Amino acid sequence: MLNLYTRRRIVNAIGLVISMLAMAFGLFWLCWILWTLLEHGLPALTPLVFSQMTPPPGSSGGLLNAIVGSLAMTLVGTLIGTPIGILAGTYLAEFGQRGWLAPITRFINDVLLSAPSIVIGLFVYEIYVIRVKHFSGWAGALALSIIVIPIVIRTTENMLRLVPTTLREAAAALGAPQWKIINFITLRAARAGIITGVMLAIARISGETAPLLFTALNNQFWSSDMDQPMANLPVVIFQFAMSPYEDWQKLAWAGALLITLSVLTLNILARVLFRQKSASH
Amino acid sequence: MPTFLREASLKRHTVLDLLFRNLTRVSAFGVLALLMAILASLVVGSMPAIRAFGFGFLTSSDWDPVSEQFGALIPIVGTLVTSAIALTIAIPVSFGIALFLTELSPRVLRRPLGIAIELLAGIPSIIYGMWGLFVFAPLFADHVEPWLNDHIGTMPYIGPFFSGPPMGIGVLTAGIILAIMVIPFIASVMRDVFEVVPTLLKESAYGLGATTWEVMWRVVLPYTRIGVVGGIMLGLGRALGETMAITFVIGNSHELSKSLLMPGNSIASALANEFTEAYGELYTAALIELGLILFFITFVVLSLARYMLFKLGKREGQAT
Repeated sequence: MLNLYTRRRIVNAIGLVISMLAMAFGLFWLCWILWTLLEHGLPALTPLVFSQMTPPPGSSGGLLNAIVGSLAMTLVGTLIGTPIGILAGTYLAEFGQRGWLAPITRFINDVLLSAPSIVIGLFVYEIYVIRVKHFSGWAGALALSIIVIPIVIRTTENMLRLVPTTLREAAAALGAPQWKIINFITLRAARAGIITGVMLAIARISGETAPLLFTALNNQFWSSDMDQPMANLPVVIFQFAMSPYEDWQKLAWAGALLITLSVLTLNILARVLFRQKSASH
Repeated sequence: MPTFLREASLKRHTVLDLLFRNLTRVSAFGVLALLMAILASLVVGSMPAIRAFGFGFLTSSDWDPVSEQFGALIPIVGTLVTSAIALTIAIPVSFGIALFLTELSPRVLRRPLGIAIELLAGIPSIIYGMWGLFVFAPLFADHVEPWLNDHIGTMPYIGPFFSGPPMGIGVLTAGIILAIMVIPFIASVMRDVFEVVPTLLKESAYGLGATTWEVMWRVVLPYTRIGVVGGIMLGLGRALGETMAITFVIGNSHELSKSLLMPGNSIASALANEFTEAYGELYTAALIELGLILFFITFVVLSLARYMLFKLGKREGQAT
């Protein structure tokens, strides 16, 4: 009997130790990657990075055009994707109790949520870049917006479902029409959660590289024309990191640090913001 | 308010209601249309390659842009093998992390540690690629691969998979980096499904004298089996479509090799590397067909994942 006891206790101890090791394993990679980024990125992060254009190999330069291009495409992508996502999410949460459209849309949306982003790049290339016959910032923004939509739909629906039905009923009892109830009561009550979703979506697209390869491509020079190929941080990092030139690789590390810091800040900010809001309710 | 004004206002609101409802409906329908459009555009784009190679495309290992002979076998194998390596590593680790986060962790640490694991998912994939190429691959080549060659490479049966020149970049490296990338996805689904297990059930087991490990292995895991498999499939979907991290470290060679230490190729990295430089209609079409195959595989995997998670959710609804 004692034998069985000891064996069970040993198995338990081994299992728990392995579980702790797994946790440490996960954290270990996070720390290692962040440490590498700081180690290589901080020395390369000079004021020049924010004031100069991407250089030809062998001369000094910065990432200004890439930073501006990334910001512009992220902004436009978010502006296109967010309204569509919120509207569709509203449909799923508020009108989706009956009929065939809501369950199918929910299912397809969940699949799109983790669909390979490179395929979305191919899609935009097929429907837009081929038609206009050149790569452009608009195409990049379009590809990014397709990634934004499913994320926003998902969070909007989830957040609207958290709004108590009594709130809707109270508004309806006061005689408010449905569009007013949704726009002025439920969407407003779910605002914090929806903003969190949008922030997470921005965080996701600001690091996306694959869909921009075939759409925005890259541009070595300053360009504020969204109808032209546009420089952007992820593609510049990809190109510079794969190159044999040391000063290009250095700039790639600086860009990598910038992107990671902004993505992680957005991620943490979104969570903190949401937590405060939901705690106050 | 006079009656005629009230009626006018009622009518206006009815119209606005109808407009708003249909506006949201059109947006929801847009998601369906988007999926159809993606499929249609990929099929149209790959038509020349489909016509030229037929089903032989799936089984041919040719990839010769000069003589315009293309086959998808090597990228498909590369995609499946890297994902398989990733899952082999990621499943046990994710289980351990989820167990730690739901049962072992002190309550104060639970949230910060959970966020830390989720941040691992937040790091853009291009960063994994750079880190893999500049930091991980050289270390792997210097310290791990010679050891693999000497110890596992000499074994019968599995030996040939682990022997080869220690270059650092290759299928195995890509698989390991992929594992690190999918761990947070699988772990957070597992944590979420473990948390739906009724406390009563766990406490009953503890009350009968079960150890933490036994509760996990015999009560929680059987109860959440479908959800766990769903989470794994979700991770698999991610792994199959991952592009940038793999492009950096897989080596991009269109050679079929038995050794996991040799460079290979995956569908996504072939696309990322070659698409903008592809010349001629057939070359482009062959690459788009690769994209179509990738989309199809991930679609099936992700659909299965969602179906399983949905089934678990339904059972949970019945239980309460």
